[in-house]
Formats: sequence, structure tokens, C-alpha cells
Amino acid sequence: MNLHEYQAKELFEKYGMPVSKRSLITNKENIEDALDQINFSDGCVAKVQAHTGGRGKVGGVKLCRSIEDVKVFVDQWLGKNIVTIQTDNEGLPVNVISLEELTNISKELYMSLVVDRGSKSISMIVSEAGGMNIEEVAETNPEKILKAQLNSDFKILEDEVAHIAKQLSLNESQSKEFNEIIDSCCRLFKDKDLSLLEINPLVITDKGHLHCLDAKINVDENALYRQEDLTVLRDASQEDQREYEAKQSDLSYVALDGNIGCMVNGAGLAMGTMDTIKLYDGEPANFLDVGGTATKERVSTAFQLILSDKNVKGILVNIFGGIVRCDLIAQGIIDAIKERSVDVPIVVRLQGNQSDYGKELLNQSGLNVIGEDSLQLAAQKIVELVR
Amino acid sequence: MSVLINKETKAIFQGFTGSQATMHAEQCIEYGTNVVAGVTPGKGGMTHLEKPVFNSVKEACTQTDADTSVIFVPAKFTKAAIIEAAEAGISLIICITEGVPVIDMIEVTNVLKQHPEVRLVGPNCPGVITPGEAKLGIMPASIHQRGSVGIVSRSGTLTYEAVKQTTDTGLGQSTCIGIGGDPINGTSFIDCLRMFEEDQQTDSIVMVGEIGGTAEEEAAEYIKSNVTKPVVSYIAGVTAPKGKRMGHAGAIISGGKGTAQDKFKALESAGVGVVTDLNLIGSTLKELL
Repeated sequence: MNLHEYQAKELFEKYGMPVSKRSLITNKENIEDALDQINFSDGCVAKVQAHTGGRGKVGGVKLCRSIEDVKVFVDQWLGKNIVTIQTDNEGLPVNVISLEELTNISKELYMSLVVDRGSKSISMIVSEAGGMNIEEVAETNPEKILKAQLNSDFKILEDEVAHIAKQLSLNESQSKEFNEIIDSCCRLFKDKDLSLLEINPLVITDKGHLHCLDAKINVDENALYRQEDLTVLRDASQEDQREYEAKQSDLSYVALDGNIGCMVNGAGLAMGTMDTIKLYDGEPANFLDVGGTATKERVSTAFQLILSDKNVKGILVNIFGGIVRCDLIAQGIIDAIKERSVDVPIVVRLQGNQSDYGKELLNQSGLNVIGEDSLQLAAQKIVELVR
Repeated sequence: MSVLINKETKAIFQGFTGSQATMHAEQCIEYGTNVVAGVTPGKGGMTHLEKPVFNSVKEACTQTDADTSVIFVPAKFTKAAIIEAAEAGISLIICITEGVPVIDMIEVTNVLKQHPEVRLVGPNCPGVITPGEAKLGIMPASIHQRGSVGIVSRSGTLTYEAVKQTTDTGLGQSTCIGIGGDPINGTSFIDCLRMFEEDQQTDSIVMVGEIGGTAEEEAAEYIKSNVTKPVVSYIAGVTAPKGKRMGHAGAIISGGKGTAQDKFKALESAGVGVVTDLNLIGSTLKELL
């Protein structure tokens, strides 16, 4: 789950990290109120709040010198969608704009904490190339990427921090601030079950202090049960509506551009099914994992989700029953078709647990459902049918 | 021979009396697996599926000499369950539970460093089966057949696909290991490749991977200099869009890393038989032999 920048900064503040004073605009009437809450003597920075990077490049972050500038910015963005290099063509809705007090920058750094699969720990990445796309820096100037691992107490030892600070040419007081920021980040990461914490840029101000100018936080979905204060920060408007609905029913759904709806049990097989469709010149409309404990109800919800995509011209169901009983899936399919008067062709491939019984149910249902034994044949069939 | 589990394995189930554990334990016992006991805190002294139930893993180990544990407890208790098993002297822990927080798995990893003799498989995995000898997991027994292919996979149902094809071609399986799809897990591809290379029953290996991370690339490096047996590999997620998580917490292409193409390239250069059509795993392997 992603947080907005302003939400991440509120967390930073709670952990004693230096962030700019800011106020939020959620409707055009409260612009004046918002300006009253911050020091606006030289202007402010207006920032669109949306779950995407690259906001600055499309004008979603702007230096405003006058109240008029702020009004123009709010008019331009509030209630509109922002389209960046990281979003789809529709973009994401802008429901909140943050106004921040100005920070004068003398140097930009990069800092992040990420889950490191290789070392099975959390890694800190720091670079003097702040403000830039860190993946590009890693490609072109790998020597500018500094790394350290959190130890088993979820800390980075002071000596190691001092060594990195030296490589970044920080002076003594900056090193101390750097150490404090790292300490806060480490605690925040563990306490709040984060999967990513990124400060890009972490700046050195004209007065020589370290300051978190941007903030990005992703939270581990699996840990939300114990992070109630973060769960309420979820902004469903920033998520694909169908993906969000799917999540509510414990289904894993990702919308794609094609016209063949897929319903599969297991994430790997769901990807494999998409790949197979593509291999036979079809285009999958979605990734959909109904999970290991697929019930009749979930199959029904899955159908509803798939059919809510108007591009869908046919459906391929691929179930390899391990835990899942194929006869239950078959019954779910039959019920869903009857309930929703589905009019697109459906190809079903059932294998494994109770698959013979499942196939029998489908055959006896009298519905226009085509059963295939192999995924290969099933994929070829559905591709042919949607042509 | 085979790897990890066989007829001699003495297994317990943690979370034994829960509905999922009960259903799967029943099938494992029916398969002929030597399940010696179960553990559910607070239910010690009971008998369940004709096996004794203990309050703790320690107790179960002392009373039954168990060496392997299968974990079915809910995600929020999984960290404690794995650590309990490791500290009680279990040498193989197979964790089926999905949805375990990453921070918990980092803490588990740190604890397991103090128990180098303990092997963890999973979490979020279908388990391990040595056909004809022992089944400890949630895989459908009927598709397996005793044979010579060692199968290792990050994904559950995708493993079944590979299993069925190796059965259909008559090769059968020595042992199938689901290592799970989470970003941080216990046993790696490399661990399994090493075991299969050393195992006499295993003549060839199928490795099923998916997008995200660099585990397949690392495995390719390892195969290059350490594996002499033929390896066939399939990677799921060629068509997955960048930046979108595909169900598993681990399956995501981020920062241009972890794409199926990268993995195919690495595996090809290691001499692995790369299969781009999921349906051809069995036949490709057969041709290679």
C-alpha cells in the first residue's frame, strides 16, 4: 500500500525527522486558510498529492511566489487527473494539494531503505546524485551508489554511518544529523512494517542542515492487520477501482489491455496462463488469481470483475486443483453464468483435485462452456473464439 | 534416494487441529507419510487424526523424535511458530502459510542464522513431496509419480503443471520442492540445485521461476559451474507489466530488474534448456535426455 507524500511526512515528523512545514488544500474555498497556516513571505511550493513519481516533470510541483500563483495551480490541478511517466494514460485523480514552506537548497542527496532479497535483510541506499532517477544512476554511475545493511537489531552502526557521511563529504554537524535521520528511518521502517522508504531528494539547505524534501513510503500489505493507524490512510481513489474491489474479496486482480479475461488459481499459473495466451497471439485482459481457497462466492465475484471490463470478448478459466476442488469451481462457474447471463464464450480447463467430477458438472449443465484438458488447447481455443 | 524427505521422515504439523491443516494432514497420512504428531497450543493431550496432540513443538520432539515440521498456523503467528520449531530441534521446517509480513521473515532469518543445521522451506509454498515415500504439503498427490526429475519452483500451481507433464512423459519425479514466492524465504533455488545434483535418484532438474528479484539469475550462475545434470527452466510473467505486483509479494518487475527476458538470457547462457511455452516443459526435458 502506498502513502501520499504528506502522509509520509507526517510519519517522518513523528519520528523527529526534518520536513518542511506544510498545509493542505482539499477544496478551492480553503486556499486562504491553507496559506495562513504557513510562512508565505517569499512564496511556497505547491505539490500535487498523487501516488506517482515524476510529478515535477508535468508541472505537478511548482514554486508559487504569489497567492495568485497558488490559485492558478489549484485551478489547474484540483479535481483533475495527473498523468506522469509512471501512470497509465488516464492518470490519477488529484484530491489534495500540499503547500510547503520554501527550502533553499545547496546540495541534493538520495536516500532509501528497501527490502533486500539477496541478503534477506533491509538495505540502505545513499547517493550524492539526489533528485535523479536512482535506477539510472545505478546504471550509469554505479560508484555513486553507497549501500549499507541493517543489522539484526534493525540498525546501522555509527561507524558505518560515519564512513558513508565521509564519502558524502558531510561536515561534523551534518554527519550527526545524518546519523539521526538514519536512526529514525530504521525505527520507522521496522515499527510500521514498511516495504520502501525513500527520501529523494534529501537536501542540504543553504544553512547547512539536512532536510527531507520529498517522502515516499510503501507499506507491507501483509502487515496491515497490525498497522491500524496506517490502514486508515489508504486512498482508494489512487488505486484501480477493480483492483481495489478485488482486494476487498481477497482476489488478486491486475487490469491489462487485451480482450481475453482470465481466471486462474495461483499467481504463477495466472502469469503462465497470460503468457500462454500471448504466445498463441491472443491478448490477456487481466491477471486474476482466485487463490488457494477459491469458493463458489469468490468464483462469482471473479466473473463479475472480469465482465466489468467491457473489452472482454471471451474468458479462459484455468484451474489446477491442489487445495481447490475443481467440482466446486465448476459449480461456481455454472452459477455465475446463470446469474449473470454471460454472453461471451468461456473455455474451461480443469486439472487435479476432483477435476473429472468438475468436468462432468460442466457437461451436464447444458451451458455453452467449452472444456479442454490441456492449457495449450484451451488457450488456442479461446484465442480462436475471440477473433 | 531423494532429497529432504523420505519414508524415514518423522513429521509433525503445527496448527494441527485447524481446518486446513486437518484436511491436508489427512491426505499426507493417507499418502503414507510418517506423521507422528501434531501441535496446537492449549490442545495438548488430545488425539487428532489418530495422532497425539502436544502443546509445544519441544514436547512433541521429546515424545516422538520428530525431525520435520509442517506449519499451517495463521500468518500472524508464523514467525513464532518457525522460531519455536527451530529452537525445539526440528531440522526441516516446511512453512505453507501465506501472507507473512516481510519484517517477520527478516527476524526469522536472523534467528535461523544461529541454527545452521535447520532448513526452512517457504513460507507461502505448496511444500515438499517425494513421490511414493512422503508428502508434506498441499499438492494433489494423484499427479505425481516416482521417477527421476527433481522439480523446484517458486509457485504452487505452476509446479503442478510441471509435475503433471513430467508424469505424462513417463519420467516421474524424485522430489518436488516448492520454495515459495515471497521476497524473503528460507531455501533457495541454489540450495535445491545443490541437493538435486548430489542426489542419485535425480537425473534431471526442472526449475520453475517467475518475474521479480534475481534468484533465477543467481541460480544460472550456480548452474554454470556446479550442475552437471540437464536443467530445463520455465519463467512465468513474460507478459507482466512493469511495476505491477502479480499476486505474490515477490512477483514484480521494478526498476527494470527482474524481467522474464533477463532471466531467460541468464539461464540460456548457463546452458539451461529454456522453455517459453509452459506446455512444453515435459517434452523439452524428454528431448534433452
